Amino acid sequence: MTAASGRSPHPGRPLIRVDPIACAGRGLCAELLPELITLDDWGFPMIADRGVPPHLAADARATVKACPLLALRLIPGPGPT
Amino acid sequence: MTRAPAGLARYARAGQPGPPPGRPPAPPALPRLLPAAPSGQPASLAEHLTRYGPRAAVLTERSRVGLLREVQESGLTGRGGAAFPAFVKLSTVAAGRDPVVIANGTEGEPASAKDKVLLTSSPHLVLDGAVLAAELTGARQVIVVAHRDAVAAVSAAAAERGRPGRGRVQITVRAAAGGFVAGEARAVVNWLSRGRPVPTAAYPRLFERGLGGAPTLLHNVETLAHLALIGRYGAAWFRSAGTPAEPGSMLVTVRGAVRVPSVLEVGLGTPLQDILELAGGPSVPVQALLLGGYFGSWARAEEVIGQPFSAAGLAGAGAAPGAGLIAALPADACGLAETARVVRYLADSSAGQCGPCLFGLDAVAGQIEQLARGERDGLPLLRRWLGQVDRRGACAHPDGAVRLVRSALRVFASELDQHDQGWCRGTRPDPVLPVPSRRDR
Amino acid sequence: MSAAASLAGQQGLWFLSRASGLTLLIACTAVLVLGIAARTGAAPGRLPRFVPAELHRNLALFCVAFLVLHVVTALLDPFVTIGWAATVLPFLSGYRPLAIGLGALAVDLGGAVLLTSLLRGRLGYRRWRAVHWLAYLAWPVAFAHSLTAGGDLHIWWVALVEWGCGAAAATALLARAFHALAHRGSRGSRTRPGNRGLAGGYR
Repeated sequence: MTAASGRSPHPGRPLIRVDPIACAGRGLCAELLPELITLDDWGFPMIADRGVPPHLAADARATVKACPLLALRLIPGPGPT
Repeated sequence: MTRAPAGLARYARAGQPGPPPGRPPAPPALPRLLPAAPSGQPASLAEHLTRYGPRAAVLTERSRVGLLREVQESGLTGRGGAAFPAFVKLSTVAAGRDPVVIANGTEGEPASAKDKVLLTSSPHLVLDGAVLAAELTGARQVIVVAHRDAVAAVSAAAAERGRPGRGRVQITVRAAAGGFVAGEARAVVNWLSRGRPVPTAAYPRLFERGLGGAPTLLHNVETLAHLALIGRYGAAWFRSAGTPAEPGSMLVTVRGAVRVPSVLEVGLGTPLQDILELAGGPSVPVQALLLGGYFGSWARAEEVIGQPFSAAGLAGAGAAPGAGLIAALPADACGLAETARVVRYLADSSAGQCGPCLFGLDAVAGQIEQLARGERDGLPLLRRWLGQVDRRGACAHPDGAVRLVRSALRVFASELDQHDQGWCRGTRPDPVLPVPSRRDR
Repeated sequence: MSAAASLAGQQGLWFLSRASGLTLLIACTAVLVLGIAARTGAAPGRLPRFVPAELHRNLALFCVAFLVLHVVTALLDPFVTIGWAATVLPFLSGYRPLAIGLGALAVDLGGAVLLTSLLRGRLGYRRWRAVHWLAYLAWPVAFAHSLTAGGDLHIWWVALVEWGCGAAAATALLARAFHALAHRGSRGSRTRPGNRGLAGGYR
């Protein structure tokens, strides 16, 4: 799991999650969505805690689909508190 | 695998003598789980029943609900390190179909001995608790996963209880895998089902789909032992030890610079100083304590020695009771060197499934080893990597290692300066904290 | 005049089928090479990692379109009787059953790979990957089909294309084999820090 809590400052926005066991650090996700995903010093994705803003929603879906190991998921945000 | 510390099973107070025949035994004061006087042998079924009386039986739905309420009121939390409320786990699994109960006595932590001691001295208590948990949740099967040093004792105890009748709970005893991460809940399930003692993906959760797809209740063996006694004597009795916020007693492994390294049973909230005294007191001046486990935290002796051993008492020092490890670091040892050895062990113990853990812990271990050797310019890179490794694995293994290192950097800050200047306070030749050799892993 | 024109038109279908077949060979070889490049991380220099992967997918879809053209023109061609069933059931064709049968087999294998790839999200990684291995079988079968059914190898540039594709595929397959050997000690695609000297690691 990436961030400790799924809390994003914008409840309701979807979150991107990576399965760290499935992930092999291929790095396509960071290329396709650099606004939210950066690579650590060993090539594995670090995903921003905040949700996916609307203007990046399509890019986020494409990024999830592009992962060669299907290690990314898009989960609905926690919703307004 | 290191052996359990010498002088295991010294206890807080002498226990009660047996009750007059015909009267049910009075509920025990401390010690509750461990025998009053260590005999070196596991308590037989007869001895167990003499001491505690007959076990709580769930005969009707009403008694089941009543016992569940007792567990809730008792405030029992897990004793495996995470301190999760036992009632929540029980009731969640009870809502599932055909659940399974797993008693986790793997104790992959090399410095901790409490589960081994419990299983080799009071195995029937653990079995009582596991069977009770099964009856409370509607499970028909209990699997006890025991550290290999304790398998014989648990198997003998299970055999003593005889075959269960039809419709009764069946007990199976399996040897645990070795290795630090083998005790993680999902690793235990993976070990049982596929022979691979490594954690699996976080979802689905064990209480939804665990062993064989069934809802699985997995508890540390000590938690189940407490459950067995709550079933007999009730929540109010359980709460008569400990603090109102953290009730009950807890097994702790006290080792390092103490005269009598031992596994003790203490009420939560007992001051650390008293616990050290129960282990014979410090053998030499103590500079720091490692609390909780190898996934726990260092704390300076003077900031924590007067504190109660509880989550509330240790929070100010950035520590927690964890799995009950209390390791005293003597003043003539080097905290950085000890930490470096442990972190290298933790890095080697990685399941190797998640990149940040596999590569990150290896890198962190290398940096800490450098710092222990006196090359200080690796500190910024170490801090960067700690931030990149924390919470980036599928389990809490990297988190624990990061916690340990961060606490070491805080507590042993003066050692960093000393090493920078080319000297070290550590003069003892032998290491303090046990780390299994490569051959034994 | 009209007879000659109709003859030319009818022959046109056959030309189209053969031409689309040759194009398909080039495209499928490119798909194979790109797929191996994506898997082994062997893209040239600063090319982003997603380029071989996405090209592989898009080109594969393009191949499907071209395959339809190739099959339909062959079926409609009046000079040879193949029959619709023979496009997917091997060795049912009246005309050159072995050669066409190989083509049908390639369609079956490639079809399985395509279908599972389209449904990848629902199948899950493991099942998708298991079927995807069939691609390594589909290409040689398609290549064998091109050699036996094409009948144009006497033309020098057709031979050039055929053997060029063969060489490219063989190189890519060898590279894939070396990659697999280099990482055989590690689970999945990761090596232990201790033995990371092998072939530069997992990427």
